Amino acid sequence: MSRFDVVSTGNSTSTGQPATPKNVPHRGAPANPAAKALQDKFAGAIKRVDVVWGETTVYIDPASVHEAIQWLHDDPSQQYDFLSDVTAVEYRDPEVPIEVVWHLRSLPFRRFLRIKAQIPKGQPLEIDSVYDLYRAADWLEREVYDMFGIRFRGHPDLRRILMWEQYKEGFPLRKDFPLRGRFSRSEQLRQALAQNPEARYSMEELTIADAFAELPQDMRERLSKGERTGE
Amino acid sequence: MGLTAPTDNQVVSYAPESQEGWVATRLDFLVNWARANSLWPMPFGTACCAIEFMATAASDFDLARFGMERMSFSPRQADVLICAGRVPFKLAPIIRRIWQQMPQPKWCISMGACASSGGMFDNYAVVQGIDTIIPVDVYVPGCPPRPEGLIYGIRMLQEKVKNERAADKGTRDEMEPDPSSQLYIPPSLIDELGEPFGNSVNQTRSGL
Repeated sequence: MSRFDVVSTGNSTSTGQPATPKNVPHRGAPANPAAKALQDKFAGAIKRVDVVWGETTVYIDPASVHEAIQWLHDDPSQQYDFLSDVTAVEYRDPEVPIEVVWHLRSLPFRRFLRIKAQIPKGQPLEIDSVYDLYRAADWLEREVYDMFGIRFRGHPDLRRILMWEQYKEGFPLRKDFPLRGRFSRSEQLRQALAQNPEARYSMEELTIADAFAELPQDMRERLSKGERTGE
Repeated sequence: MGLTAPTDNQVVSYAPESQEGWVATRLDFLVNWARANSLWPMPFGTACCAIEFMATAASDFDLARFGMERMSFSPRQADVLICAGRVPFKLAPIIRRIWQQMPQPKWCISMGACASSGGMFDNYAVVQGIDTIIPVDVYVPGCPPRPEGLIYGIRMLQEKVKNERAADKGTRDEMEPDPSSQLYIPPSLIDELGEPFGNSVNQTRSGL
């Protein structure tokens, strides 16, 4: 029994219950049917399909990866409606390109699909954002930008999320980044202490903005003159 | 024998209306006794040490025996900052601000290896010991320390509080960081404290 046999498809009458697949081979397990569908639909853009431990990875050309994910998201035969993760991989071998990885899940079909796009060496680290398809991509893409420096075209607010915004040392998960950072400990501490933890808070972001009209008159006047709402 | 009441029951008497109650002591002793036995901790728990701290405060180990049952989640009312866990650089200005918001007299316990020295996190993101940000009174070793270890550290802090002298004004002055670098201690000392195994250019503990 392949791992896809037990899956109840949205429009079939199958009553198969979800079950943990057993005896999955390291390689050679049946691929996710989405891989075949992608190869039929985007023949030129699909570089390779790997199945490792029953999980399917599709390598797609970076230029058409947004189109492919949009099709996976919208097509009624695929319905990949849940974005689990966006991440990236850099290998120690300097010849191997950086990969951007999307983990997609189809809740109606109970399928998992991994999409990879390899950004060739020497090209700018840019790729299309999938924020227009999945709102979950917002912080995930910000994290990938923060750690790897990969820019997502079309992301509405691409800035650092884990490190603070004035962080100057680079992108920590890149292989050329030294483990302890580029600056001395005292310089790192000086720059960290110079950050203002409240800098990004604004009237628009604070929940008090929602209740602004209900605040007392004097507080509204003080806040509208730019007084900080912190301590 | 002893079963009969003493005939002269006027030997020990207590009549407040006839005599003033008074006690003789040093003011230092009285103030320090009160302070040491009513330390309100400000828990700054960022990692697994905070779990041990919670165990210390819970009924098995019962931190209330030492007058610390009242966690002060407002730094304005806290006496002792207990930093339990690693502090990343992004939290450095926050713990600094919490420390500056606490009123004097105040003390700080650095709980666990990460807070005291960075521990195993000798990397780009973690402060190598909170004593590079704020002054620390007691370091509690361990990864994480057992509740007994934290209680031992608290007892040490109580000893320190009891030995303070009111005449010694300097101990309770607020330390002002250097205005240009915002650091309490010289940068060279921070580099020395933070990097016993090399520095950013010459990193002796890893391949990169």
